[in-house]
Amino acid sequence: MKIVVCIKQVPDTKGGVKFNPDGTLDRGAMLTIMNPDDKAGLEAALRLKDQYGAEVTVLTMGLPKAEEVLREAMAMGADNGILVTDRVLGGADTWATSTTIAGALRNIDYDLIITGRQAIDGDTAQVGPQISEHLDIPVISYAQDIKVDGDSVIVQRQYEDRYHEVKAKMPCLVTALSELNEPRYMTPGGIFDAYDKEITVWGRADLKDVDDSNLGLKGSPTKIAKASDKVRKGAGEKVTLDPDEAVKYLIGKLEEKHVI
Amino acid sequence: MNLEEYKGVFVFAQQVDNEISSIAFELLGKAKDLASDLNTDVTAVLVGYNVKGLADQLAEYGADKVIVVDDPELKDYRTEPYTHALASVINEYKPEIVLVGATAIGRDLGPRVSARVKTGLTADCTVLEIGNFPINKIGNQPQKENQLLMTRPAFGGNTIATIACPDNRPQMATVRAGVMQKIDPIKGAKAEVIEFNPGFTPDNKYVEILNIVKEVKDVVDISEAKILVSGGRGVGSAENFKLLDDLAEVLGGTVSCSRAVVDDGWKEKELQVGQTGKTVRPQVYFAIGISGAIQHTAGMEDSDLIIAINKDENAPIFDVADYGIVGDLNKIVPMLTEQLKAAIANK
Repeated sequence: MKIVVCIKQVPDTKGGVKFNPDGTLDRGAMLTIMNPDDKAGLEAALRLKDQYGAEVTVLTMGLPKAEEVLREAMAMGADNGILVTDRVLGGADTWATSTTIAGALRNIDYDLIITGRQAIDGDTAQVGPQISEHLDIPVISYAQDIKVDGDSVIVQRQYEDRYHEVKAKMPCLVTALSELNEPRYMTPGGIFDAYDKEITVWGRADLKDVDDSNLGLKGSPTKIAKASDKVRKGAGEKVTLDPDEAVKYLIGKLEEKHVI
Repeated sequence: MNLEEYKGVFVFAQQVDNEISSIAFELLGKAKDLASDLNTDVTAVLVGYNVKGLADQLAEYGADKVIVVDDPELKDYRTEPYTHALASVINEYKPEIVLVGATAIGRDLGPRVSARVKTGLTADCTVLEIGNFPINKIGNQPQKENQLLMTRPAFGGNTIATIACPDNRPQMATVRAGVMQKIDPIKGAKAEVIEFNPGFTPDNKYVEILNIVKEVKDVVDISEAKILVSGGRGVGSAENFKLLDDLAEVLGGTVSCSRAVVDDGWKEKELQVGQTGKTVRPQVYFAIGISGAIQHTAGMEDSDLIIAINKDENAPIFDVADYGIVGDLNKIVPMLTEQLKAAIANK
């Protein structure tokens, strides 16, 4: 079985967001990590490999620096890494990102493609389903469990108040939730091997069956009209009072605001 | 693509088990505003099996027309037949705007449909308005009027971006639940009902549902609550949430929580406020024993009134709170509950 896992290098919004003096985000000062949902997707692929035997390829699109997440994935146990990088692909929205990744995937044999549900920088959850549409294969989003049954996958697809147990014939695409599993750590031997392995680097010319009009900033239907760092509402009153004074103060405020 | 051909504001009227989801009514409320700015009308797209009877409800909440796609293949949500239904409606009726709820269904359906009809999609919007693109005229660059401007948080709520889709139609957005306002239902309102079936032929993309497992939970929807009494790890234990339950009961409010509380297994995920939980904006939000990490405040800072109680005077929650009390919640909360009870009884 051949599994491709699409992963993304993202700034770590959890570890502490850094701001410039002018209040904008200091992206350069923030650490980067493998996107958590993608990492769960990778772990799911590696477990399928352990269980049934599979060749696991990791693919990422990004700046040359994104090679780091491929190395990390290979140190966890992925067999091959592909980096899709090219200046003309920059500034892509989800549409142009999905056409790019689909263009890369057309070069590879796959039975199962796994992506994370969403990346923590954009939080859109769009790229996985859009890739599947471009490749004309079924998609099962929000997977909380993935099993293989012959030539099909059986996935628990999560909704707000239920899950569906869904069966799809491969090839298909599944988007993984970080709740899916606890990703393994890199092993020292794995890290050593990962740095010995070749990473395949593809540019625009290597993408199959994609028109220039669907790539990069120019190929993105959505355009940013305005972007700003969130203006936070200023802090209100903060008081340190004895409990009974504090309660009186709060009841006064709730009356003043007509809550009671 | 002739953009002029595309007219009208369409809403995907999500239903589950033949019950319309609250998000559909919220979207209709917003769609009415947008349609009035554009001098056009609002169409709800109702997709399912045996769902025609739900059309009147959509009319009461603001739909001028309801397009019903009814087919046995659409009984339970599956990506492919629903995508085929909505994409076919778009290709046939050419709306200029399509709104979809940012639910577990909509966040799968939206991207697949947008890829099929070849247009942009903006995810998880919190503000939608009609305006010019570019917003400000730059040199001789032409400015397009009457564009849908879609505003959404990104980067864990740290940045806000406003997005337009100037050269493709329809302009598509998924919209966060609990953000847009429903209208007061107009009893007896009727919509023009149009039945449309593009034909459904199962292929390999029609996945098979083997089993539907409903997670029976007696959980309220915190995004609907007017008063939320929210607890964090500082509450100390699952048992100690009783203090918050009591306060919520006096105020007719609902208890919610931070992520740490869910991670510790004290409360269900459905009650979680924040970036990976729900966005809420109640009239009053009590943050009790919640430190106020950015992932939490992203989901609640638009509440009308925020009251924080925390023993750590440096807790970041005080940066977003209107009224902050530095102190011991174990003493303050029960006393507050008792005195509120008395104060309300005297009114």
